[in-house]
Amino acid sequence: MKSVRVLLLTLLVAAVYILHQDFWNWKKAEPLIFGFLPIGLAYHAGYSILAAVTMAILVKFAWPVHLESTEPAEGATTTSEH
Amino acid sequence: MIPVIVILLYLAIIAFIGSIAFRRGKTNTEDFFLANRSVGEMVFFLSIFATNMTAFAILGSSGQAYRQGIGIYGLMASSSGLIIPLTIFFIGTRLWAIGKRFGHQTQVGFFRDRWECNAIGTIIFTLSAAMLVPYMIISIMGGGTVLAQISHSGTAGSPLIPYPLGCAIVAIVVTLGVFLGGMRGTVWVNILQTTMFLCFGAIAVTVIGHNLQAERGQTISQLISSLAHDSKTGFLATRERMPQQAFWSYTLIPLSSIMFPHMAIMCFSARKVTAFKRTVVLYPVAILLIWLPSVFLGVLGAAALGKVADPDGVLLLLLDKFAPAWLAGVLGAGIISAVMGSDAHQVLALSTMFTKDIYQHYGGREKYGERGAVHFARGFIIIVTLAAFFVALQLKDKQGIFEIAVRYAFSGFAAMAPVMIAALFWKRSTKWGALAATLFTAACLIYFAVLQNTHKAGDIIWQLGQGKDAIKILFLNPRGDVSFWNGFMTVVPMVFGSALWMILVSLATRPPGRATIDKYFPARPSGFAHEGHAIAEGPKAA
Repeated sequence: MKSVRVLLLTLLVAAVYILHQDFWNWKKAEPLIFGFLPIGLAYHAGYSILAAVTMAILVKFAWPVHLESTEPAEGATTTSEH
Repeated sequence: MIPVIVILLYLAIIAFIGSIAFRRGKTNTEDFFLANRSVGEMVFFLSIFATNMTAFAILGSSGQAYRQGIGIYGLMASSSGLIIPLTIFFIGTRLWAIGKRFGHQTQVGFFRDRWECNAIGTIIFTLSAAMLVPYMIISIMGGGTVLAQISHSGTAGSPLIPYPLGCAIVAIVVTLGVFLGGMRGTVWVNILQTTMFLCFGAIAVTVIGHNLQAERGQTISQLISSLAHDSKTGFLATRERMPQQAFWSYTLIPLSSIMFPHMAIMCFSARKVTAFKRTVVLYPVAILLIWLPSVFLGVLGAAALGKVADPDGVLLLLLDKFAPAWLAGVLGAGIISAVMGSDAHQVLALSTMFTKDIYQHYGGREKYGERGAVHFARGFIIIVTLAAFFVALQLKDKQGIFEIAVRYAFSGFAAMAPVMIAALFWKRSTKWGALAATLFTAACLIYFAVLQNTHKAGDIIWQLGQGKDAIKILFLNPRGDVSFWNGFMTVVPMVFGSALWMILVSLATRPPGRATIDKYFPARPSGFAHEGHAIAEGPKAA
């Protein structure tokens, strides 16, 4: 189950990364989204939202829970102890 | 005059916040450099974002959009919106845990311990410091440019605050804030700074758009539409003059972010690892809020103003012409916020590195104690800012903000990312692998800098075959930048080459001892959230 989840999340991140290279919009200015945003700019504005959603999915399904209980190790040389 | 007063008022507030933080501070390095690892969730997000945003995010991006068009957003902003949060998610959280557990305050401290080698830390320190200084200079240059342009009334005459004085004001305010408040003062100031520059974009587009229509009788839509249909300016609304190889190459540049010492050090300062959750989700949205208006206004500037003498100042020109004076002052303060937010962290990071990785590491702690280290750090802050200030004055007319940043800092730090990834995730990695990758990065930086200065645009240094079928391996593109394999940027061979050196040399050399491996890679079940494991980090440190 875990390996399927890892695979799906890896594919998600890879797909989002690939979508960044939107060669199909390369030479197009129109349509102007909302009447003033060239399509290439609007696409990448939307891409930023997609990136936020992707990160939200990673936080939900791949958060390193084990790090939450990290405590200073015995004998760790934190300077505040000096 | 009004914008200058507003900005000076803002700078006074920044200095005041620094002085409050000074009274709250304690005289030990963990408090001065990391605010006692006590930065809360929202402050952490606002601060780490401010850490990473320089003058380039507003001024450089609009200037580049004026020159190259809308592609700048995809080139630098949207890729950063994915890659930077990914690196914070996978690398930043691990750095936080290692710092919390073993007391590390810098990347170098971690590398030394992880690979049982002092020298590797010193070499990485030297390279990091050498690459960070230019980045710091950019911030001061950006501040000087903003203050000079904002205080320029009309098109003739000298600015009220000339460039050298503007640089000096920014340097002094940053130095005061960091000198007095350390990390605590810096993150408090970041709350105000990030809020200001995140609001900047939407307000600027709305006000400039409204006043443009009132003065010119043309809406933003009409201006952009005319620009797109004009044969001379149409390319600005597309990416037809932007090579796809370069566009892809830029997706590797954001790997540099987490390797910048000020970003890594910020990761050590969070109170809890959960602070990273909100940060990684909000980060792409924050990038959108600051970059989209800046890039759009750069293109709009090309449509509304035509040819301008200094493209990096196009945004300030728009503000000057199409915003009321008091609002231009507030918006100018927003730009200054971006400049100083990152500059303060860079100064603090350099000071942290010198104090922890050199001064204390080589005996300063034993001789002068913690209080002495904080005094040393404060002295260093003054010296390094003074040096950066004088260099900023010298470089003003020699290279654009953008070029310095990319050539000397971003590519180099991106190429160091494989070293960090190996340290955190690959048990078998060795100090020799790290050394090879670091030296490779340094050699590439020197070699490409030499090529850039000894050849001219269009020169081919190395190619395979002849005539039409020739493959250009190494050459200078029409803009004079060293390029690789028919148009990829040098960051591509640098990142992959560094990774390759790290892997091959590590496999050929002896790994660190068992105790070190167990310390940094304790046995544990999977940490995926839905399996519900919340375990301690394994065995205690040796």
